[in-house]
Amino acid sequence: MIKAQQLTKKYGTTVALGNVSFQVDEGELFGFIGPDGAGKSTLFRLLTSLLLPSSGKVELFGLDTVKDYKKIREITGYMPGRFSLYPDLSVEENLDFFATVFGTSIQENYHIIHDVYSHIEPFKTRLAGKLSGGMKQKLALSCALIHNPRVLVLDEPTTGVDAVSRKEFWELLRSLKSKGITIIVSTPYMDEAGLCDRVALIHHGRLLTVDKPGAITSSYEKQILGIVADNTYKLLDSLRKYPDVLHAYAFGQQVHYTGRKASADLNNMRAYLGQCGHKDVQIMQIKAGIEDVFIDLVQDRQG
Amino acid sequence: MKRFRAFIIKEFRHLFRDWRTAIVLFTIPLIQLMLFGYVITTEIKNARIAILDFSNDEITHQITNKLLASGYFILDAGLKSIDEVEPAFQKGKIKEVIVFEPDFGQKLIKTNKASIQILTDASDPNMASLLDTYTRSIIVSFQNELNKNQPQGKHIITEFRMFYNEGLRSAYMFVPGTMAMILMLISALMTSVSIAREKEMGTMEILLVSPLKPSQIILGKLIPYMALAFADMLVILLIGHVVFGVPVRGNLLLLIGTGTLFILLALSLGVLISTIARTQQVAMIISLIGLMLPTILLSGFIFPIENMPEILQWFSVIMPPRWFLSAIKDIMLKGAGISYVWDNLLIMAFMMLFFILLSIKKFKTRLE
Repeated sequence: MIKAQQLTKKYGTTVALGNVSFQVDEGELFGFIGPDGAGKSTLFRLLTSLLLPSSGKVELFGLDTVKDYKKIREITGYMPGRFSLYPDLSVEENLDFFATVFGTSIQENYHIIHDVYSHIEPFKTRLAGKLSGGMKQKLALSCALIHNPRVLVLDEPTTGVDAVSRKEFWELLRSLKSKGITIIVSTPYMDEAGLCDRVALIHHGRLLTVDKPGAITSSYEKQILGIVADNTYKLLDSLRKYPDVLHAYAFGQQVHYTGRKASADLNNMRAYLGQCGHKDVQIMQIKAGIEDVFIDLVQDRQG
Repeated sequence: MKRFRAFIIKEFRHLFRDWRTAIVLFTIPLIQLMLFGYVITTEIKNARIAILDFSNDEITHQITNKLLASGYFILDAGLKSIDEVEPAFQKGKIKEVIVFEPDFGQKLIKTNKASIQILTDASDPNMASLLDTYTRSIIVSFQNELNKNQPQGKHIITEFRMFYNEGLRSAYMFVPGTMAMILMLISALMTSVSIAREKEMGTMEILLVSPLKPSQIILGKLIPYMALAFADMLVILLIGHVVFGVPVRGNLLLLIGTGTLFILLALSLGVLISTIARTQQVAMIISLIGLMLPTILLSGFIFPIENMPEILQWFSVIMPPRWFLSAIKDIMLKGAGISYVWDNLLIMAFMMLFFILLSIKKFKTRLE
């Protein structure tokens, strides 16, 4: 079990992480979701004992990151934000190095990494620097796993990786989870939230909410309208000027609109959009996604 | 131990994978030795001179012949009047003009005194003073020969004394100097860059969270470069001895021991730099400006310490290469034993200890 209490990290007067408390259960796949600069990497470095908290504390399986950092380093597998591999060493040499450094060998723990490593094993003599993004990511995961850690800490493992590899990667995480490894992962992609057991939404160094992804969206009470018209950008502009608007954001071709009232007067809105010169206007009520909730929570904080 | 070995193997792999750098590190000493040996020579060989002989007698011819026979000078032109001197220098080929006064031979026989004027192209001051010294020494030896057969002393007016080693062999200076430079380059620069690279690539984060001890990480980084520096030191010594004839008059083991001590000292400096530098570029700049330039300028390699302004003389005291240079020069050229260089070795050892302690204090087991 991982437990953070009022964890704070300051750089001078800048607060990178403020009063963060959460708890991750053993065997859970826990996601931190937030944009760049939200404090995810700082949080993960605090978890892995690479940084000291300014105040508050974190415990991993009862071990304190300040006092027991040596023991923590033995039970954690850490994959930093950039795929930290040696580009001038081959796939196998990288893996072998990390295995030996963590006091084990590829043979000994092959069963743990098999699912991940088998994808890249055919290329084991290739230099790591020459691998594709998805393969680098799998190699980095293999290296983080090789010493059979109790907890995996993965900092933005899917950033900069193609959609297919991302999907594959999440499947691998699910299968690792089924082996009982606790996994803490961060991502800037809101659509990956649904793949975690529980997520924490993080913004400007603060946790907005922590819950199951389904619970976060279903507990969202405001009405969201998905609106389409011939010109999305003009539509967005018009909607933001609509007297009743709380916030409006473009999601691809659609604009997600949230009003101040519990339910919007659709006829009134149609008339308004017609006046603004929009054609082919369609308005439908939609279910909130993680991103809608995120935007709303951020808006609440700022408002 | 197994972990440590794996780390060292990894470091050697880095070194050999990056074969371009490895080759450069081995060819730099060669190129530098050749440059110092043949291009930036401070020796005189075949310097072009001109003779302006107002006397044109037997003795002036004898002196001229002796000068040309030395092998240091080549006669470029015989001049007729003093007006031709400046144009001859302006062409740039001639470095020195020797002027015999009128009736040189007769004056020398009758009054036992005659004078020779040595004009040098001082646009290259080092060269000019060297030519001057060489010429005077030849004239004096001619005068001594002359006086051997005649009881009353003849005196050619060019008074001087010689302070240098007879051959003015510049190799004696640049082989130890190159050694100091290369060892500094490989040990301090390469180590600090290689540690900074781990920080830059983010792999340091994983090394830190691994069970490797900081001392193992650092030692593992040092050992390959120590091996490389050691090999380079032997190459330089060998070439210096075989190609440039630099003697090793002292104990070879003492010499190699001194070199190894300097390598360790430079390595500890490299580690210290890497604890400060976050990126490879910063490490490189600190090493080059903070270490290489002082090594070249302030260690006594090129400019004699005694000729420096007092402030710089004091500054040179804290330059590790200074102590190394003076120690190996003593060992190689003067055949000095440990009883003569122990103080230099002690200073180097203390410097090393200081840098290591400082590095350990500054090296972090975390990211801040």
